Amino acid sequence: MRRVVVTGIGVICGLGRNREEFTSGLHKGRCGIGPITTAECLDLRFRNGAEVKCFNPEDHFSSKEADMIDRFAQFAVVAAREAIVQSGIEWTGELRENTAIVTGSCVGGQSTENQGFWDVYKMGKPRVHPMTIPKTMANAGASAISQEFGITGPAFTISTACSSSAHAIGQAFSMVRSGMSDVAITGGSEAPFSYGILKAWEAMRVISPTVCRPFSKDRNGMILGEGAAMLVIESLDHAQARGATPIAEIAGFGMSSDAHHITQPSAEGAAKAVRMALKDAGIAPEQIGYVNAHGTGTSVNDITETAALHIAFGDHAKRLAISSTKAMHGHTLGAAGAIETTAAILALSTGILPPTIHFNEPDPECDLDYIPNCAREADIEYALSNSFAFGGLNAVLALRRI
Amino acid sequence: MADLIQTNELTPRILRIVAETQRKDPSLVTVDSSFEELGIDSMDGINIIFALENEFNINVPDEEVKTIRSVRDIVEGVIKLVEAGSTPGESAPAAS
Repeated sequence: MRRVVVTGIGVICGLGRNREEFTSGLHKGRCGIGPITTAECLDLRFRNGAEVKCFNPEDHFSSKEADMIDRFAQFAVVAAREAIVQSGIEWTGELRENTAIVTGSCVGGQSTENQGFWDVYKMGKPRVHPMTIPKTMANAGASAISQEFGITGPAFTISTACSSSAHAIGQAFSMVRSGMSDVAITGGSEAPFSYGILKAWEAMRVISPTVCRPFSKDRNGMILGEGAAMLVIESLDHAQARGATPIAEIAGFGMSSDAHHITQPSAEGAAKAVRMALKDAGIAPEQIGYVNAHGTGTSVNDITETAALHIAFGDHAKRLAISSTKAMHGHTLGAAGAIETTAAILALSTGILPPTIHFNEPDPECDLDYIPNCAREADIEYALSNSFAFGGLNAVLALRRI
Repeated sequence: MADLIQTNELTPRILRIVAETQRKDPSLVTVDSSFEELGIDSMDGINIIFALENEFNINVPDEEVKTIRSVRDIVEGVIKLVEAGSTPGESAPAAS
């Protein structure tokens, strides 16, 4: 099987509008959370979210293009452009045929759909915008990337709630490793801020009225976020042949399903995905130095994830450096796996581990090292990025410094 | 407190809604039923609170939901909120 490396990273989210801002935000432990401005939320029990700041579509697209794709797909394209520029790829007809696009999205063009429903249900209008269906579909980001770069290889979208883009990267990794594709553009995007979906999250009673404090005893829920991260991945041979500089290696991928409960996570299920990722990478638990945790900041997730790490790592769990960067960029749902894998790759490549910010006090049930509040320098070879979705679908990526 | 709960006129309505949302025989749901007996988990609890909010036109804060551990907690909490509110009695009045 071929080794698979990352040669380009693009990111846009509440913590930063590009790779440089995102990296600096991670290192400084900056908070990208603030009052939600792009959706109605006056009657909600929460006010805060991690929005992409000052996003003007016409800075990135012609007015006509911007009208044709939803915000979530715009984020996908913006991130893909940045990743492709960094990768230095020069497109040829053959390469366009041998490149795959695999994206993740949980809710697709939610704000477009919300607008259409608002028009007919609330305003009593007789028609919705004709682009509502193609703007709403979850694969709109993958299609927009394909059109932008003329990429004609396999392109599709995976939707597994909060694991969507981790599953997407895992799938793209498998395709490149097997030789099915030489290159893949993979990641995820999400733009979930619209009134209807915010009401739905309110009803689940898992959103914090303040900020996200993963693993801290006084945590009180998650904070929603939006954005995208895209990676250019390719076989090591392909990267070397064109003189590209690998940023990191994707070493392994593990998946599992809990077969347990639609919303309650299972420590055993999560631990199994971690073990599968280690096995796939061919490494021992002791070789992992950093874990970018799923760490949503809900009471149950953080306890269960801690238990899962104890199960999967045994005594080594206490020596792991772990952080949840969701405290900075929010829970970006279908983009979370990609944004957090990006954070883990940047931790390996820069030698600075991002902190878990807003950490106030240890919880006896969360008894590991969560890198509280301040970034930490560390020379780490292997890292994991954990994603555990509603529906009990788990995806863990193993990453290696190059 | 126990007697007041048992005799409160709202209690049968609350218990009926708990039973309906859980698809249980109403005779099985009493003030003293435990969540374990009824097989109620945290997501079920949130579904029950949703039904009760609609029935009694009340809003249960997130923080209070986290403290609910039993059917008795639910009944006491709903009675307290209904009595504190201005629209007790008939079900589902128009939202204010």
